Amino acid sequence: MRELRYREALREALAEEMERDERVFIVGEEVGHYQGAYKVTEGLLARFGERRVIDAPIAEAGFAGMAIGAAMAGLRPVVEFMTWNFSAVAFDQILNNAAKVRQMSGGQFTCPIVFRGPNGAARQTGSQHSQCFEAFYAHMPGIKVVCPATAADAKGMLKAAVRDDNPVLVLEDERLYGSKGLVPDGDHLAPIGVSAVARAGSHVTVVTWGKMLVASLDAADALAREGVECEVIDLRSVRPLDHAPVIASVEKTGRCLVVQEAWPFGGVGAEVVDRVQRDAFGALAAPVLRVTGRDAPMPYNKKLEDLTIPSTDTVVRGVRALLAY
Amino acid sequence: MTNQHDALLDLYRQMVLIRRFEEAAAKAYSQGKIGGFLHLYIGQEASAVGALSNLTRDDYVVGTYRDHGLALARGMSARGCMAELYGKVTGCSQGLGGSMHFFDAEKRMMGGYGIVGGHVPLAAGCAFAAKYRGSGEVTLCFLGEGAVSIGDFHEAMSLAALWKLPLVTIVENNEYSMGTPLSRTMSVADASAKALAYGMARDRFEAKDVLVVRERVGAAVERARRESLPTLIEVQTYRYRGHSMSDPGKYRTADEVEERKKDDCIANAERALRALGAGDDVFASVDREIEAAVDDAVRFADESADPGEELIEAYTYA
Repeated sequence: MRELRYREALREALAEEMERDERVFIVGEEVGHYQGAYKVTEGLLARFGERRVIDAPIAEAGFAGMAIGAAMAGLRPVVEFMTWNFSAVAFDQILNNAAKVRQMSGGQFTCPIVFRGPNGAARQTGSQHSQCFEAFYAHMPGIKVVCPATAADAKGMLKAAVRDDNPVLVLEDERLYGSKGLVPDGDHLAPIGVSAVARAGSHVTVVTWGKMLVASLDAADALAREGVECEVIDLRSVRPLDHAPVIASVEKTGRCLVVQEAWPFGGVGAEVVDRVQRDAFGALAAPVLRVTGRDAPMPYNKKLEDLTIPSTDTVVRGVRALLAY
Repeated sequence: MTNQHDALLDLYRQMVLIRRFEEAAAKAYSQGKIGGFLHLYIGQEASAVGALSNLTRDDYVVGTYRDHGLALARGMSARGCMAELYGKVTGCSQGLGGSMHFFDAEKRMMGGYGIVGGHVPLAAGCAFAAKYRGSGEVTLCFLGEGAVSIGDFHEAMSLAALWKLPLVTIVENNEYSMGTPLSRTMSVADASAKALAYGMARDRFEAKDVLVVRERVGAAVERARRESLPTLIEVQTYRYRGHSMSDPGKYRTADEVEERKKDDCIANAERALRALGAGDDVFASVDREIEAAVDDAVRFADESADPGEELIEAYTYA
């Protein structure tokens, strides 16, 4: 095990997969000479050259679609969106081509492609640059969506994504890029579609993914000091969604809180709630509650932004509300 | 007979196959055997047939929802194509795609796509893959003139020119973007003029003579293959039928359509063949052969089974 920053773990994943498979290439804005807007691809141009680390003009639909075509023709592209916010202009390519080409060709073509970049709010970047995209993309059959929260998962899930024969969307986080974590040595692969118990507990089940794992674990620490033991489940992958550990946990705790940064309407949290009420109905001692981002475009003002994004404090309050039933 | 005669006869046969196939499809549609949308290519046959006659078996073809002619010109079987229209499991996409989504991996028919312009970046990607591998394939991409207004077209052309991709983009200008004449959709009537902004080679010609299409597209294919450079071509053509089967065609007069039929690409090819010495027997023979092939395709489609329920989710994920 070595301690790596989240962005270094991603970089190692890319470098190792490019070393392993000649068909893997990277395309996106500022990925080469600029060394990546968030420095994830730093050094890769020097190592792999312009043929495989390709700076694209500002044309997300164009280069996303180009990469989908290249995947259909036998390559294994990794597309970087500078942020997932910019994927909105390539939404049609992901929805109508990447997600569907296998089905509408009667299984003749596959689309082994990775789209990756930071998701969710950074710091005071305003409404157009602070959005969570997992609900939009996880809605689509044909797409896999993963939200690694740790350096180990950043490396392992990105490597697994590159090797997957389906379109896999890796939703990273600008606020996690600098975080450190232990990463297993060697060819570390983390399976897609397997959730994990990030902290064991017996009183309340907290289900989360991505950056909200940090707030959820901090809240669990705070509550533990009061004698409340939370079991925190990191979904890791929101599609496919591995809910079995969630159900097993709720069977034990009888109480479930879902924590997401995204807006409340519909979404991944609502999907979790549906599965819990269906599969753990008999065990529930309280309704399943959600802590979510506020139902509004992200404000720029720092104080208002902090009030909009779930925090350790809002998760603690959510757990207390559950226990009050 | 000469080589020229034989080559033209082959193209003529393909064009007649497309037309008879689509006439049969229109009939089946009116009988309720084909559902959804059905966009016919009738009138435009010289474009696909002439263009694709330049390709090797490894080259890539990407098209729009008006894809039956493209598929047949690429050598896909009339049986597989008709069965797809009928939604049968024996269809080229197992009945999951339908009229707008004909695919054939073996023939490198990379698909027909239903979102206007959305397939153009995919074609750039096929060309990119060929260049990345150094494997030499050329990609031919077809779209209508209505698609040049959408951003995906612009982005794909930008990338193709910037990265010098072996891509030949053929804008089939049939004068109507669905029901809107090009005078009301394009500020410049010549779609190929857009190539100037990308620093891309361009060409523009009428698709009345299949040999002209073959020769002019052939030059672009050679440019792509030998120099790895893209070309934007506008082929001027005309569709005789509506945008789709549900189109009553009120945006143009019957006289206009009849006038345009006088310069028909199949009739023109027949005249050229007769000038090269082909007699009635040749055309009678082609007619018999094509009629039998289309009848066989219709019978095959009719008798084939529907896909089973197990196929609903079977191909969602690899």
